Amino acid sequence: MNDRIRRLVIEHARLAIAPADLHDDSDLYACGMTSHASVTLMLAVEEDLDLEFPDRLLTREVFSSIASIATAADGLRAVAGP
Amino acid sequence: MSASAPPRIPALSAIGRDIGVRVAAPHAEDVDRNARFPIEAIDALRAAGALAAGIPTAFGGPGHPLGDIARTCFELGRSCASTGMIFAMHQVQVLTLARHAEPGGRIAAHLERIAAEQRLVASVTSEIGTGGDLGRSMAPVIRRPGGVSFEKRAPTVSYGATADDFLVTLRRAPESEPGDQVAVLISRDQVQLEPAGEWDTFGMRGTCSPGFTVRGRCDSAQVLPVPFSQVAAVSMTPLSHVLWSHVWLGIATDAFDRARECVRTATRRDPDQARTAALRLSQLSCELSPMRSVVAAGLADLEAVPEGDPSSLETLASALRFNTLKLVASTQAPDICRGAMEVCGISGYRNDTAFSIGRHLRDAMSASLMIANDRIHTTDAGLLLVAKEV
Repeated sequence: MNDRIRRLVIEHARLAIAPADLHDDSDLYACGMTSHASVTLMLAVEEDLDLEFPDRLLTREVFSSIASIATAADGLRAVAGP
Repeated sequence: MSASAPPRIPALSAIGRDIGVRVAAPHAEDVDRNARFPIEAIDALRAAGALAAGIPTAFGGPGHPLGDIARTCFELGRSCASTGMIFAMHQVQVLTLARHAEPGGRIAAHLERIAAEQRLVASVTSEIGTGGDLGRSMAPVIRRPGGVSFEKRAPTVSYGATADDFLVTLRRAPESEPGDQVAVLISRDQVQLEPAGEWDTFGMRGTCSPGFTVRGRCDSAQVLPVPFSQVAAVSMTPLSHVLWSHVWLGIATDAFDRARECVRTATRRDPDQARTAALRLSQLSCELSPMRSVVAAGLADLEAVPEGDPSSLETLASALRFNTLKLVASTQAPDICRGAMEVCGISGYRNDTAFSIGRHLRDAMSASLMIANDRIHTTDAGLLLVAKEV
């Protein structure tokens, strides 16, 4: 999951750092992701994983790192079943 | 709870009403004409202990609930919009500080001083080069032996020349991205303010908000521990939009009251002649009433957030809700003032009658520009794409 999110982050988050410097727990906002770019990323993740984040998970905190997005997405998939 | 916490002011908003009518209103025209700070009204609020209203008892304040403070903003806004807006902005800063200060820390100690001395707190959030985006900073916090320093060029600092303390947004460090911000609480004796221009504006002239280059040097414990993005999301933005909208409702309400008085006077003189104005007034009340509802609903939304758990404020849905409050109220207020002027006719257009609406209209026109509505619409346009229940 982390790799899949990483690919989407690199494509959509418009970070100010090189992909090689991006870690799973890097703070994406500190890496230059604007709130506008975060919305694009949210849409891309929902599209790619074919899931919908409920409002309670659409927070700055959830979208602050690859790891936290992956955790939230995994949680949603576990609830939805295989 | 601090033993020295002052008692709550009974009926804070009634005191706001009294100070508004007795002190702010008589000076409002002079404040507006000369673009001067409404010193009489702010002094009266200070003497009444109202500047500390939002500071919780744990930090030595009276801990008035948000609703009391919002209604005081409304009452002051009815008499002098600049006074109301200064009070609102100050309360936003102290409520924000109270929510994010670590108990026992340096900022908590300074809050107690703000409460005890009724200090006035301004914010330095705007910056040249950020295009009006408060979520980005250019000037960084510079760590140095014994503390931190900064130099920020702000295009507007409301009541900057009068404030006792400043809440300044900065980039976390010289190597940080513009969106990686922190807020610093710094007192007047720790800053050097170099004025940059005058405050000669269309309205809100008494807020005295010219530009300044702000140079500061302080203890590193004066940097708020939480990222500013979080401070903005759970405190500053929703509080600003709720309290500002109460000031704007105050302006619109006074404009409406003047129009009503104008129609009454005209009806006494000649009921037939006044019929059209009376009809227009009735139509105008159908604009004031929804504005009241929107503003009250915004306050209720924020009051419903549990005291110890502001997490719901971090959702995009919450950001949308409080942005919408700002967009709607800031559009309604000048519309209502314009409608009131049409009811009053030439006596509303004149600056020297009991029915003058010019100042109200000019003051209300600031609402859509302070944090530009276009910027908020752009943000909301994105949020609407992903938020589920709006």
